[in-house]
Amino acid sequence: MLDDFMTRALLAGLAVAVAAAPLGCFVVWRRMAYFGDATAHAAILGVALALGFQISIFIGTLVVALMMAMIVSVLAGRGWAMDTTLGVLAHSALAFGLVAVSFLPAVRVDLTAYLFGDILAVSRFDLGVIAGGALLVLGLILWRWSALLTATLSEDLAHASGIDPARERMVLTLALAVVVAVALKIVGALLIAALLIIPAAAARNLARGPEAMAFAAALIGGVSVWGGLQLSLMQDTPSGPSIVVFAAGIFLITTLGAGLVQRILER
Amino acid sequence: MSLITTKGLGVRYGGRHVLHGIDFSIDRGEIVTIVGPNGSGKTSFLRALLGVVAPEQGQVTRAPGLRLGYVPQRLHIDPGLPLPVARFLSLPVRAPAAAIKMVLQRVGVGDVARQNMATLSGGQFQRVLLARALLSQPDILMLDEPTAGLDQPGVASFYRLIEDVRRETGCAVLSVSHDLHVVMSASDRVVCINGHICCEGTPQVVRAAPEYRALFGLGTGGALALYQHQHDHDHDHDHDHSEHVDAG
Repeated sequence: MLDDFMTRALLAGLAVAVAAAPLGCFVVWRRMAYFGDATAHAAILGVALALGFQISIFIGTLVVALMMAMIVSVLAGRGWAMDTTLGVLAHSALAFGLVAVSFLPAVRVDLTAYLFGDILAVSRFDLGVIAGGALLVLGLILWRWSALLTATLSEDLAHASGIDPARERMVLTLALAVVVAVALKIVGALLIAALLIIPAAAARNLARGPEAMAFAAALIGGVSVWGGLQLSLMQDTPSGPSIVVFAAGIFLITTLGAGLVQRILER
Repeated sequence: MSLITTKGLGVRYGGRHVLHGIDFSIDRGEIVTIVGPNGSGKTSFLRALLGVVAPEQGQVTRAPGLRLGYVPQRLHIDPGLPLPVARFLSLPVRAPAAAIKMVLQRVGVGDVARQNMATLSGGQFQRVLLARALLSQPDILMLDEPTAGLDQPGVASFYRLIEDVRRETGCAVLSVSHDLHVVMSASDRVVCINGHICCEGTPQVVRAAPEYRALFGLGTGGALALYQHQHDHDHDHDHDHSEHVDAG
């Protein structure tokens, strides 16, 4: 069954979508969208280093994404406004990565695959790594769910309940770095943040509670992966943007739908 | 023994020494109010007691196994987070539905369990925050300006509720407030802070203390006049009581 590239692509995509959904909810609730962007864009630098030092792309991306996430955490709230800090870091990381890739000797690197994803080229080994990373993230978020949610509401409230908000931030940082590393193959560095945010935002229009929102985000992410995969296969479009186009479509539908329901209820 | 004790507590906030040399303790069943002008360090004091900020000097000792119920000043909930009241009360520890129903009724908002937090009025919101603190059956309730943004009758009824809760459960209550006239009359002890403890004692003692008068002013235009106010008349005058004593 895993010999079929379509099956592998679908499974890998679904794994990433399901892992990204609850994490994406926290990115939305904690207003970390730019944080996700900065971490994801750093992945290209990770790719360049991995190719340069001939180590696994997954490891290279994971390490650089983790470093980036740490730098952002440390710099947060020092001097510049947060969005300026993140804007500087996100785009610098991408630029450094692209320049670094161009220095690589003799290797012909197909950057498109790393920037926009190449879901149809997921190998058995890739699938194993992606599924493992996705399970790790999902397990981490589910394990810390209540504490994360409390720390998201208020750090003081978390402290009073015996929860260390700094530790919960670290959990999210770690999860984000792993998601970036496993999602690179699926949606590409430029659109990883979109896979985190758009399903969660679309789910917000449907859900009445935090758990329901995470669950709906996973469903929406899964449907988007499936749709994007079909589009990519039939029209030979890049996989990442195709998936994000589907997610954006669902966002539009749920937003319009929620507005309509609201209007009917108010009548 | 006391529930929480501090010895020579000093706290730094934003590169500034906001508190120094604080010796303080609170016993079971006591209602203690911290008052002080803007920037006096009273919120930092509460945060040090909660364990949010580490003391720079001195120490904070809590009774072993102390259960804290914390009511924050306000809570910003991102509009992206759908949060029904019942779910909020189950954070971080899931509470049984019956307990949730009971505690909501106790604080006077029995019908909001299924509502989204964002749809509550200011008074309902504060009562839900109090309900969450009560769910853990705390030994001490800590309130940071719990009535900011409530109107006069709202403030008064909130503190009546706090007094009832203390009587029923025997928990201690430590609040930071600028609603001086209401709070102080309900307190066993008032501690006036301005970087250090200026004066403390019963409300009557603190009101008469020269240190307190120096901070909050004298005469009919100042905060002091508000305490002699008899609250048996309508509040139809339009000036803001808190403007003289607004403390942060």
